[in-house]
Amino acid sequence: MTDERVSGAGSTGAGFAVLWVAIKREPAVFTISTIGSLLFGALTVADAWVLGWSTDHVVLPAFRDGEIGGGLLWAVLGLFLGVAILRAVGIVARRLGAGVMQYRMQARSRRAVTRQYLSLPMEWHQKHPTGELLSNANSDVEAAWGPIAPLPMAVGTVAMMVIAVVQMLFADLVLAVVGLLVFPLVIATNVIYQRLAQGWATRAQQLRGELSEIAHESFDGAMVVKTLGREPEETARFRAKAEELRETNIRVGRIRAAFDPTLAALPNIAVLIVLVLGVHRVLSGATVAGDVVTVTYLLTVVSFPIRSIGWLLGEFPRSVVGYRRVDAVLRASGAMPYGEATAPVSGDGARLDVSGLAYGYHADRPLLRDLSFTVEPGRTVALVGATASGKSTLTNLLTRLVDVDAGAIRVDGLDVRELARGELARVLSVVPQTAFLFDDTVRGNITLGADVPDEEVWEALRTAQADGFVAALSDGLDTRLGERGTSLSGGQRQRISLARALVRRPRLLVLDDATSAVDPEVEARILAGLRSEDRDATLVVVAYRKATIGLADEVLFLSDGAIVDRGPHDELVGRNDDYARLVNAYEAEHEGVTS
Amino acid sequence: MTMMDTGEDIGGWETIRRGISHSPELKEGIRTTLALAVLASAGQVVVPIAVQQTVDRGLRGSGGPDATFTTWLALAAAAAIVLTSWASYAMTARLFSTSERGLATLRVKAFRHVHDLPLLTQNTERRGALVARVTSDVDQVSQFLVFGGLLFVVSIGQILVATVLMIVYSWQLALVVWICFAPLFLSLRYFQRKLSIAYATVRRQVGILLSAISEPVVGAAVVRSYAVEARTQERIDAAVLAHQAASTRAQGFTAFSFSLGGISAGLANAGVLIVGIWLGQGRLWSDDISAGEVLAFAFIVTLFVGPVQFGTQVLTDAQNAIAGWRRVIGILDTPADLVDPGPSGQTLPAGALDVAFEGVGFAYPGGPPVLRDIDLTIPAGRRVAVVGETGSGKSTLAKLLTRLMDPTDGRVLLDGVDLREVAETSLRSSVVLVPQEGFLFDDTLAANARYGRLGATDDEILAAAADLGLGDWLAGLPDGLATRVGQRGESLSAGERQLVALLRAQLADPDLLVLDEATSAVDPELETRIGRALERLMSGRTSVTIAHRLSTAEAADEVVVVDHGRIVQRGPHAALVQEDGSVYAGLHASWVAQRG
Repeated sequence: MTDERVSGAGSTGAGFAVLWVAIKREPAVFTISTIGSLLFGALTVADAWVLGWSTDHVVLPAFRDGEIGGGLLWAVLGLFLGVAILRAVGIVARRLGAGVMQYRMQARSRRAVTRQYLSLPMEWHQKHPTGELLSNANSDVEAAWGPIAPLPMAVGTVAMMVIAVVQMLFADLVLAVVGLLVFPLVIATNVIYQRLAQGWATRAQQLRGELSEIAHESFDGAMVVKTLGREPEETARFRAKAEELRETNIRVGRIRAAFDPTLAALPNIAVLIVLVLGVHRVLSGATVAGDVVTVTYLLTVVSFPIRSIGWLLGEFPRSVVGYRRVDAVLRASGAMPYGEATAPVSGDGARLDVSGLAYGYHADRPLLRDLSFTVEPGRTVALVGATASGKSTLTNLLTRLVDVDAGAIRVDGLDVRELARGELARVLSVVPQTAFLFDDTVRGNITLGADVPDEEVWEALRTAQADGFVAALSDGLDTRLGERGTSLSGGQRQRISLARALVRRPRLLVLDDATSAVDPEVEARILAGLRSEDRDATLVVVAYRKATIGLADEVLFLSDGAIVDRGPHDELVGRNDDYARLVNAYEAEHEGVTS
Repeated sequence: MTMMDTGEDIGGWETIRRGISHSPELKEGIRTTLALAVLASAGQVVVPIAVQQTVDRGLRGSGGPDATFTTWLALAAAAAIVLTSWASYAMTARLFSTSERGLATLRVKAFRHVHDLPLLTQNTERRGALVARVTSDVDQVSQFLVFGGLLFVVSIGQILVATVLMIVYSWQLALVVWICFAPLFLSLRYFQRKLSIAYATVRRQVGILLSAISEPVVGAAVVRSYAVEARTQERIDAAVLAHQAASTRAQGFTAFSFSLGGISAGLANAGVLIVGIWLGQGRLWSDDISAGEVLAFAFIVTLFVGPVQFGTQVLTDAQNAIAGWRRVIGILDTPADLVDPGPSGQTLPAGALDVAFEGVGFAYPGGPPVLRDIDLTIPAGRRVAVVGETGSGKSTLAKLLTRLMDPTDGRVLLDGVDLREVAETSLRSSVVLVPQEGFLFDDTLAANARYGRLGATDDEILAAAADLGLGDWLAGLPDGLATRVGQRGESLSAGERQLVALLRAQLADPDLLVLDEATSAVDPELETRIGRALERLMSGRTSVTIAHRLSTAEAADEVVVVDHGRIVQRGPHAALVQEDGSVYAGLHASWVAQRG
């Protein structure tokens, strides 16, 4: 499900197109399950034949003659059982085949969708709520491939239907044609059904996504909800959406409830018409009673396939909606372009050049403008600025989570946009303000799957001042963290995240206020570790605390998205009042208290 | 640890019974719906009867074909078809209505219960899995309720009617049929158990799958900046494949157990004919049975086989629904062990509150004690700062004080009342915690602030911001109060998110304010400004501030020093800092050193 676009005026055409995608992808499994279905159909007919044969050759002679050979009784048993076993094989092949096909398609779509999640840029992610993306990969995928389950049955019964129709035409042309008028009616019913249901089904699927969005957000913010006692309001928010989904589902259900019996009734009515017409034709001598019976019998045979095809078509509206929602993700473009260049990984610190950088969500109000600075290898630069002055935006640009609108960022003279995918990460590590932990062990969270010896993990933990609490965890490095894992404090999470960066021995390390949740003593030790280590990494730190700023060879003072001053800390304090006020605020406070 | 109940130990019938009691709507008008179902299923015999009557009396009647009789018969049959089709429509529509209404109730109930669970329990379940429980797990039940549940009851009825009919014709042959089906009926239990386990695995895998899928979504930034896309994809692929394998396995069991019905039917058909012959020959009992009766019996058997096969199908499909149902009921079964005392709960008086910890200890389940022997009284109106190293137990203290958790030993008292006896609404309106990472909802800034006080007007929010000294910041935002904060507040900086959390607390106007590193991501200048504003606000309230910036401690009435889960020092800053070699003196020294 990568390239096929499902279009078509009604959802019937689109529904078949979705199925066609699946059949093309899984021809073998589809064939097996269809053969299973045909076997089932054929043996259902055979069952009637066995009964007929047994009646003629065994039951009637037995009662007539009073005596019957034991061999014939065994034959009856063998025939019935043989047919039953073969039919069971057909059932297993049909159902298991449909299952295998359905789950393979689901798995394929899920892998494709999540590949997109991983390759689409951050900007795309910011526009799509978590709950919606979870819903795309879960319930939309499920809906898209829903009709695969009734597919083999429907295809198998089509064969049954074709045979019955041919027999009907041979029995009595007029009656057959009258009987077959049922088909245009079935098609009309289906068209009406798809028209009526499509809109509501789309809405229901959309509401499912929205409901999961609300649940996800609300559970994410459970602590806020709890501490502020907002459970009733959150429940009301969820209830409103759940009730909207309920009403929509009931509407879809009403339409479905009318569709199934209508489809079942059409061939039945046709049978009655054929009977009345048949009697008149027999009276006028146009046909014989036997042919009337044959046509009516064949019509009833046809009614079952019509129903099973109805079950298939009934799934279409939801399927098409699901497919389109999934397809929208797969078609989303704007993946970040990468170059071919590789980054040198050995050697000391990297050189960072930022020239003429500008970036902003709105062109008229840029978040960052005309930023230019250079960090020589092995040097440390501190980004200092008031809350929301654009520091974190700059670190996002440095790590290429987003691309600059103007200007360029160069590492060792190479524009980061020229680097091949994954290359930048080999040079640069970032420790974000808010630590994100994976659902994995401590080791997994630090190595992220790289082959790193435990000694190096411990060393990184030591520098991050995390070795103490990790050693005290029940399973040490094997302790599970993440959503379900051991509860860690904010400061502990930050230090795990710091160790993750350090273990890579990056040539350029970016710390985005990465020790804000750590107390001063521990922070002092971390900073000492960073300074004393024989690391010559280039360091960019976003900081407020003077101890952190003290690490820097140069300070860039940001205000409203521009560098307003730069230089060593001591100089800045001397000449820039705004800067002095910002970084000396604690002392000023201290004086205020003590004086 | 109070784990989230998986519901896996609840039996199948028990699940259905409890599910129905949680969603009383499911029982509404059930008699009428059942009557409609019986009428609808009677529709299946209309056409066979019409055909048989037409053949016997319309076509081959003694006086030749009878057009008038056939026409009237067809009209009557058509009327019957219209009636039974309408019954089928009405039944299905009613089932959709009752089950969707019942499930919406269940969903909302489960959602609410998740919020009532203790923080610890909430954290034992992956977020994605928790979402699945109130979304897709519930959806699984719906299909079963509409296309399975009630029709199963009808097919049991049909089986009984067919059995009575068979006994009327020949009790011996009826016995043969039942004996042939006995292995199926007996093996059903076994297969149900197998299927139940298989489908429980599927539902569990769905939770794991959702959790794996959420990683590249929630952790998008980290995954990109560390270029671990390939590894993340591998982890997702593993979860996808595990889910696929579990689903296929369950489908295999379903297919196999369903196919057994057909084999029993074949056996029964052969059995009826053979035993019928024996009976006719007088070999067994001295019963008088004709060939016609044996053949008629063979047709009655089909009336028995149809509903049996439908019933087995419903039973197997039901396991999937029941697995989903169980997980939802599992949530409701998980005790909300921070139980709201309900009507007997006490209401805290207005005005500043006394705080007392009496012999309080706390340990995470299975973990070492985090807090030990905490005895602490804070008189009303006092401003207390709690300091200590990271991991010393400070934040746990805050969580116990706001009843996010209950202590494992001792008790926490507000105005002499045990927190466990305070009514939830009273507690939440009197006590407010501002956490380090204030979660924001994807809405406007004003809407987020209103989490502090419902119905606060824009002017009130602006006034609260001005009181905190945040007026300039608010004015500088592109859309002011109408600024959208983005998912989890990510359009704002971490510092700004903390400001919104403070704004909430300010609007909530609590009697006891607990700040847990509430301004750690805000710049020093703004932080000191807020600090001064908070001091003004704290007058007339009790406040407990957890901070690692000792400027806060300096300004407090009293400092409590926590080290390794115990209170090691307390007193005013000036006194504590004099105690040479003490924990506080050490903290202070490094704080001073840091300021450079």
